[in-house]
Amino acid sequence: MASILETRGLSKRFGGLLAVSEVDFTIEERSIASLIGPNGAGKTTFFNMVAGLYTPSAGEIAFRGRRLNGVKPNQITSLGIARTFQNIRLFSNMSALDNVLVGMHSRLKASTLGAVLRTPSVVAEERQARERAVELLEFVGLPDRDEVWARNLPYGDQRRLEIARALATQPALLLLDEPTAGMNPQETNALTDLIRRLRAELDLTIFLIEHHMRVVMGISDRVTVLDHGVKIAEGTPHEIQRHPAVIEAYLGRGASVAPAPAADGAGRPEPAAEADR
Amino acid sequence: MDDRRSTPDDRPAGAGVPAREGAGSDGRPTDGVAGGMAVAAADTVSRDVPEARRATASQRWAELSEQRRNRVLFAVFAIFVLAYPLIDRGLGWNRMGSMNPILVFVLLALGLNIVVGFAGLLDLGYAAFFAIGGYTVAFLTAPQSPLVQRGFQTDFWVALIVAFVVAAVFGVILGAPTLRLRGDYLAIVTLAFGEIVPRTFLNLEGLTNGSKGMNPIGRPHAGDVELLASDQVPWYYLILAILAFSIFVINRLHGSRLGRAWMAMREDEIAAASMGIDLVKTKLLAFSLGASFSGFGGAMYASMLQFIDPFQFDFSISIMLLAMVILGGIGNLWGVLFGGLLMGAFNFIWVESAANWIRSLSTNPGLGFLAAVDLNNSKLMLFGGALVLMMLLRPEGIFPSAQRKAELKGARAAIPVTVPGIEESLHDARQGEQVAGGGR
Repeated sequence: MASILETRGLSKRFGGLLAVSEVDFTIEERSIASLIGPNGAGKTTFFNMVAGLYTPSAGEIAFRGRRLNGVKPNQITSLGIARTFQNIRLFSNMSALDNVLVGMHSRLKASTLGAVLRTPSVVAEERQARERAVELLEFVGLPDRDEVWARNLPYGDQRRLEIARALATQPALLLLDEPTAGMNPQETNALTDLIRRLRAELDLTIFLIEHHMRVVMGISDRVTVLDHGVKIAEGTPHEIQRHPAVIEAYLGRGASVAPAPAADGAGRPEPAAEADR
Repeated sequence: MDDRRSTPDDRPAGAGVPAREGAGSDGRPTDGVAGGMAVAAADTVSRDVPEARRATASQRWAELSEQRRNRVLFAVFAIFVLAYPLIDRGLGWNRMGSMNPILVFVLLALGLNIVVGFAGLLDLGYAAFFAIGGYTVAFLTAPQSPLVQRGFQTDFWVALIVAFVVAAVFGVILGAPTLRLRGDYLAIVTLAFGEIVPRTFLNLEGLTNGSKGMNPIGRPHAGDVELLASDQVPWYYLILAILAFSIFVINRLHGSRLGRAWMAMREDEIAAASMGIDLVKTKLLAFSLGASFSGFGGAMYASMLQFIDPFQFDFSISIMLLAMVILGGIGNLWGVLFGGLLMGAFNFIWVESAANWIRSLSTNPGLGFLAAVDLNNSKLMLFGGALVLMMLLRPEGIFPSAQRKAELKGARAAIPVTVPGIEESLHDARQGEQVAGGGR
């Protein structure tokens, strides 16, 4: 399978803080990849560089072979990368439907003059956009909520609406920043199913940051672990669960001693070995 | 639900351009009607619909009847506006001379509403564009202009279009340096522009005749018949026509892809950029389109007064326009229209009437001290007091958008679905937002 996103030596420095340090990373087309790590590990910074909100201090990001460094967020969206936010950032005083319609902005062609004259093509485009938006709301599980203001939706529905809005940009790669944060177990399960459907039914590649280990281990093809901005491990969920560096990062140095033999017994993953510090 | 856009076409009929009816605040006025009826009908058929669903149905029904109410209100308003000159003469009000500038200010407020209300960019120097519009026409038509002195006098109608375009261009020029600024910082920079522009006109004496001003300024005409300053009724209808045209255009913009982009940008710039909205282009379009309507306003105003000088465009104009926008209901085209009319009437008519009334009272025995009271001098104080009262009693404006009202009801239907803990935090967040929103 071809890679959809690739970074080489990607770094981000904020003054004296090296938030992300020389990360090499690849996502395959139609895979579900997760980025995990303790708080402050640089996960969201990494996301923000991919989404264009931050410019990398060093290194390269390429999306399907196109260099993304310095490309503006809206252009990255047009190229086919969409995202959700860790702290929900919906357009709270707009209806759910309008939120999704804003997501379609870069795919609609109506010019300013065309909108004023309301030419037949603009009217048709607008009608199709609305139909599509209603479909997307149904897809994520928000039927009949079109006219509700985003801020009046329950928390879980707001997360779903964010996904619908991101889908409206017609992405190939969807970045989800802690999609199940703050959810109860039922909501988490439902959202995990939704993420699986995104790949199965919409052919998307999914890249998510997540703290719920059950979610990460349940749906990911590949898991990458960041700690203090450095990639410390990479591999299948099975490999990551036993990786000593990961256990150390999460639980402290002493904790890695006990499970280490078990990890060795399970066969130390080759790709992770290079990431060991 | 698919027929959202296939409602009967809302092309303007005659002078009633705003025949799109009053509920058009959110740019898709009639959309809810068909859907609302369908849901309401379904509701009466099957009694066992879930609670939440029934709530939205009844809510939509309420919305529908409100739309009807709004339509009636709007028809009455339109008839009143169209027949105003007759009413004015019939009742002996003699206020035509005040109505015309009021309408110009309403037009300006609508333009400012694009920038402040739709796009959320606080502009404290909007009078600058008003001045640019007026001076463009003066420069093209007044005898003091070096251009006219060299024999290039322009027809008023051409000058009106040029003023529209020039104001739009200056919207981009003055908007560009502010692109990275938000909130307070943006307000300060626009405030500075509002001071710089009239001062520039004051000091460019060779071009603008400085403080002596320019006159006469080109007049609208039909063939050889020119509209004189004393022809107040034709002026009224001319400004009304331009106002109606502007409302039509602004309403369509609001309901379009661009209008949504403006609102999204106002709500959250980072999320908007991440959804594919080009912030630079969208902001500049807001500044430019907002300014262009003040180009119309400035042109009409200068030509109506037949005179222009830099002192007509001071800071208080920007503030009054902003007050019109906020008072009427920020972001709501119809609210701003009414807010503008009210503030205009206050500024140009009511204070003066009240002052005269108090003076007439002073002839009564024992009330002689009232002769010393002149309300015209305390206009700004009254104005400020009214604003403070308004913000305390009804921060969302006189006519908040129908959407907002509907949603306040809809909130109750949505809450029971949430987990208790989250519901509380959401509720708190919402309260906080309302307070913050009211401050805007």
